[in-house]
Amino acid sequence: MQASSVEIRKVNKFYGPFHALKDIDLSIPPGKVTCLIGPSGSGKSTLLRCMNFLEEYDSGEVRIDGQLIGYDAPGKRMSGRKLREMRRSIGMVFQQFNLWPHMTAHENVAEGLIRVRGLSKADAMTRAADALAKVGLADKMGNHPSRLSGGQQQRVAIARAIAMEPKLMLFDEPTSALDPELVGEVLNVMKTLASEGMTMVVVTHEMGFAAHVADQVAFLEKGELVDVDTPSGILHHPKDARIQSFLRTYHERNSF
Amino acid sequence: MDIAVFQQYGPALIKGFGYTILCWALGTVFGMMLGLVIALIQRYSPRPVRWIIQIYIEIIRGTPFLVQLFVLYYGGPLVGLRLDALPAGLLGLTIYSSPYFAEIFRSAFRAVPLGQIEAARAIGMAEPTIIRRILLPLGLVSALPALVNFSIILTKETVILSMITVPELMYQVSRMSTETFRYLEANLVLALFFWALVETISRVGRRFEARITKHLIERT
Repeated sequence: MQASSVEIRKVNKFYGPFHALKDIDLSIPPGKVTCLIGPSGSGKSTLLRCMNFLEEYDSGEVRIDGQLIGYDAPGKRMSGRKLREMRRSIGMVFQQFNLWPHMTAHENVAEGLIRVRGLSKADAMTRAADALAKVGLADKMGNHPSRLSGGQQQRVAIARAIAMEPKLMLFDEPTSALDPELVGEVLNVMKTLASEGMTMVVVTHEMGFAAHVADQVAFLEKGELVDVDTPSGILHHPKDARIQSFLRTYHERNSF
Repeated sequence: MDIAVFQQYGPALIKGFGYTILCWALGTVFGMMLGLVIALIQRYSPRPVRWIIQIYIEIIRGTPFLVQLFVLYYGGPLVGLRLDALPAGLLGLTIYSSPYFAEIFRSAFRAVPLGQIEAARAIGMAEPTIIRRILLPLGLVSALPALVNFSIILTKETVILSMITVPELMYQVSRMSTETFRYLEANLVLALFFWALVETISRVGRRFEARITKHLIERT
């Protein structure tokens, strides 16, 4: 599998006067899993969304395999066609799944193959079926999203992304909207993907996933990248007081 | 009640009802199409274009249909637009209904969750494809009840076309009334016909709605 790298340099993002991302520098190595953690409102989702330009950053650079995304040159917007071209090889999974409710699971996965990759309907349906089998949903292909559990919907969403054969996968809190007992099935699919050498960037509150699957963990707070380190460096030996306090609250909330 | 009167005027009343249905159906279809185009332009255009469209909407919504119809039918020839009563009536209905339909579509499009549009953008889908495959199917579903509702209102606006001599039901009823002085009977017939039409539209609309939302309803 080809895997992309992401280079983020001095990225800033403003919402009006609100400074959402402050001079972010981060390297995402190819074939590795990077988890973005931090309190809500810290900018981790915004940073993730800058990586496929669903969110426009105001200054700095986000490069996918060396190619600047969203801009041809600083301040000069890239054409829609070029941006779409780049997005084809970047998969994204959302907190709210965002499946298209008027299509079956099978059609949801095939849609991009037909409309974006230009595959024939027959080829697209075959490839979509393979992708759904991979996430363990071969028997649910004909169901509409309304007839699937949250965990199943999220796995369809992952199948929709991987069917496009991306070189980079972005996950925006993929398990936050799920009932606790459905989290595992989604994380397992993600683990398989990681073991195949996919470059993955995951915004998550699942510290267990970060600890066991991530190769590096980045901690953000108030739009600043506080620290990037190995999972154990961040989660077991945090140097910064802000990370220590975040983890303390996390442990308190999760202990009983 | 005088049955003989109905024997005499029955065919004209039925023919009038036919015109009423024709005017309603075509007015609704054309008005919806124009409204859809307006809503799409509004969604994807730069601000100056949106302003112009907003002015059009305000003018049409802010004036009585009868006035619009008179301007079109009697004022049209002054600028070279010479239309017979029926085409003028259809054009009038189309123009009159378009801003209401446009507003229905506009709010329906806004009700399509942004996430579902973003999911399409994220896999590199082009905007026209997103409109065709995601925005329209989902928007039309949520617009349907309001579309049916406004098309029911439109059935009753067709009576105004009698003022420019379109031979629809109201026109026939007026003629019968003035010729026979059977005002009550004539208008009861009118009410009965309209009630049947509206009832049919709303039943068909509800059945259609149930069919297209079948897959969208969360089942547990």
